[in-house]
Amino acid sequence: MLFGQRPYSYFMLKTDTVLFLNRRHVLVAACAVSFLGASGLTMAADEAPDVFIQRIANETLNVIKADRALRSGDIGKIMQLVDTQLMPHVNFRRMTALATGPAWRNATPEQQKRLQDEFKTLLVRTYSGALSQITDQVVVVKPLRRGQDDKNLVVNTEVRGKGDPIQLDYRLEKTSGQGSGWMIFDLNVLGVWLVENYRNQFTKEINAGGIDALIASLAARNKSNTKAS
Amino acid sequence: MNAWMKRCASLALLASLMALQGCATVKTADARDPWESMNRSVFQFNDVVDTVAIKPAAELYVKVLPGFVRKGVSNFLGNLGDVWSMANNALQLKGQATAETFMRINVNTFLGLGGLLDVATEMGLEKRKEDFGQTLGYWGVKPGPYVVLPLLGPSTLRDTLALPLDMRGDASQQFSDEATRNALTVTRVLDIRSGLLQTVDVVKAASLDPYTFVRDAFLQKRRNDIHDGNPPSTFDYGDGLSDPK
Repeated sequence: MLFGQRPYSYFMLKTDTVLFLNRRHVLVAACAVSFLGASGLTMAADEAPDVFIQRIANETLNVIKADRALRSGDIGKIMQLVDTQLMPHVNFRRMTALATGPAWRNATPEQQKRLQDEFKTLLVRTYSGALSQITDQVVVVKPLRRGQDDKNLVVNTEVRGKGDPIQLDYRLEKTSGQGSGWMIFDLNVLGVWLVENYRNQFTKEINAGGIDALIASLAARNKSNTKAS
Repeated sequence: MNAWMKRCASLALLASLMALQGCATVKTADARDPWESMNRSVFQFNDVVDTVAIKPAAELYVKVLPGFVRKGVSNFLGNLGDVWSMANNALQLKGQATAETFMRINVNTFLGLGGLLDVATEMGLEKRKEDFGQTLGYWGVKPGPYVVLPLLGPSTLRDTLALPLDMRGDASQQFSDEATRNALTVTRVLDIRSGLLQTVDVVKAASLDPYTFVRDAFLQKRRNDIHDGNPPSTFDYGDGLSDPK
């Protein structure tokens, strides 16, 4: 199969969809394709980053499309989906550390853990509303930009469905050793990188009252979000 | 309405300049936002106006009109907007984008019932939204300080100065009949705000400080758009924090 830089990339998806992709135009042809087997399909450690993103995006999208409870905003089920489908591919510790900035290194392991938990809850809860909008979307992975560093590499994608396409980019690092492969450590929605967008807000809290103040205000935010929903 | 908007813009500019002098002593956290204290007041003002007037109107708009009508309205205004986008694509010497936007306008106007249907997107002719602020940015004009404009929201000094031209270039303001122009402006506000109903709620729920969240997101987004989706990264991902685990 050809991927990435070639003008006519060709993706075979896990489900019954074949995407023909050239640089800009996408024709989605629904087409019965032999079932490739569950996600247990062995993934080589040298899987290309754009292939990796296409794979987990499709897997996640398929789970959401198949489950009404997820789309109706059942927060317990959404948390479960995040934990099983996404978190194994996310270096959330690094994400939280980057959003926190230099103060991260002075935080105790206990504080770091609570910070990660509250931050994760905040993100999952606020963005879970978007799940109700999912109907017939497809994720289109754009050709990989050349000359990128394995330790900090961006994969550009677009979510297409009704309305304007949504820019969704991922920042990845290649990890070695056991469980090696690509890990996501930042996410860009509509042109805004998540980590960068939290840094100033986090810094402000830390300057006012240290790491504990940041944890407290994240917890308070989560609490009021729970009440509102 | 055009004149009224212009008055607003110049008022904001005047206010900015006054703040520039008045706020010289206020200590600021972010170099990109030297007028933070004034911006925060305007941000609050906008939030109040939105809560009492614009948001309820947008909600009513969504409630009263069926989805396909709103989609048609949105497409129609988008088609008018494409004219100015085409001009700015041309000013940035983006040949293919200019040609494709030209095709978009033709396809949507003639095959898409005067712009009510967005046939062009279905054909694979993507929308390439560009405004004059982006054109200036493309040619290297720095954004300057962050500015929150009354009613119009987040902007930068560069984009604020580009605004009068953006308004003049807006095809929906070329109609000679003032009532038509005003109606189009009101419709556009409803169209934009109704599309953001969820987004604004998400921003409020996702942020520790909505002002900072909106400012940082806006500045990132503008840079993103000026670089057509791939701005060079300025954020420090090193920081000695990259221990993988």
